[in-house]
Amino acid sequence: MQPPAEVVHWMFAAGFVFLGLCLLAEAIVGREIWRRRSWRAYLWPGVAFLMGIFMWPVMVFFTASTIHMLAHGAWAQTMMLAGAAQLGLVRGKLKSRLWELTVPLALAVSGAAFLIHEQNGWLFSRSAFLHHVMGWTLYIGTLVTLGRIVRPRSPVFNTGFAVMFLFIAVVLFCDRNVAPIFGHLSPLAGGR
Amino acid sequence: MEGELVRQRAEVRTRPSRRLTAVSALGPLTALAGLVWALVQPYRITMLDPDKYSFWYLAIQPPLLVILAGAVFHFWIVPGLLADLEDAEGRP
Repeated sequence: MQPPAEVVHWMFAAGFVFLGLCLLAEAIVGREIWRRRSWRAYLWPGVAFLMGIFMWPVMVFFTASTIHMLAHGAWAQTMMLAGAAQLGLVRGKLKSRLWELTVPLALAVSGAAFLIHEQNGWLFSRSAFLHHVMGWTLYIGTLVTLGRIVRPRSPVFNTGFAVMFLFIAVVLFCDRNVAPIFGHLSPLAGGR
Repeated sequence: MEGELVRQRAEVRTRPSRRLTAVSALGPLTALAGLVWALVQPYRITMLDPDKYSFWYLAIQPPLLVILAGAVFHFWIVPGLLADLEDAEGRP
């Protein structure tokens, strides 16, 4: 009854679509209007924390190697850390703006985890290609997030942050267990 | 003359701002993207051929997930956000 790995990726992708839409709406209306209802302020950090929690069963049930397990564990920890820190900042329990750095930290660690645990080249298979794309996307996202911390009202950085989540969703939706990429599939992955 | 000016100003005031239009369009555009995806890759809609697929592939169909995410956002998040935006912009 365990869902296939690609199905799990699609479920996470749906979460990222919703998160991206919320962040895009926040970028359009501005933080002040978005936070007029307190529950909306908790939405993005709450979803990030929840997705971090859901990453644990993914780590336990869907990883076939130690390095794969460590990568998923790193994502789970950093997503929960970033979500929790954002919740603390919104609530007012955390005062220092340095806690904002947990988000770029989560993205940088996740990007590194993607690139380190994918040991095959770009065109080995679709999964390998998407791992490389995701890793570099997260690195670019780290820079965008740092810009968002320096200039929190910048529509460019806020929109870029939201678009990053929507792009992550597209990449996750493209994932298949085994599939070629641009017509390439390594014989080692089951291609001819 | 004055009556005409008042009518013109009222029309200007009731025209939705770009921000209102943009926020209102996000959900429908997302749902439209999901619909287009379903038309381009109909094999992703597994319910069209239910005997061929197992439970998870029937329960999780990516284009429908995109439509669902757009719908949840549109019907849950947008109404309150538009009300707050209108309030902030001083609209009736």
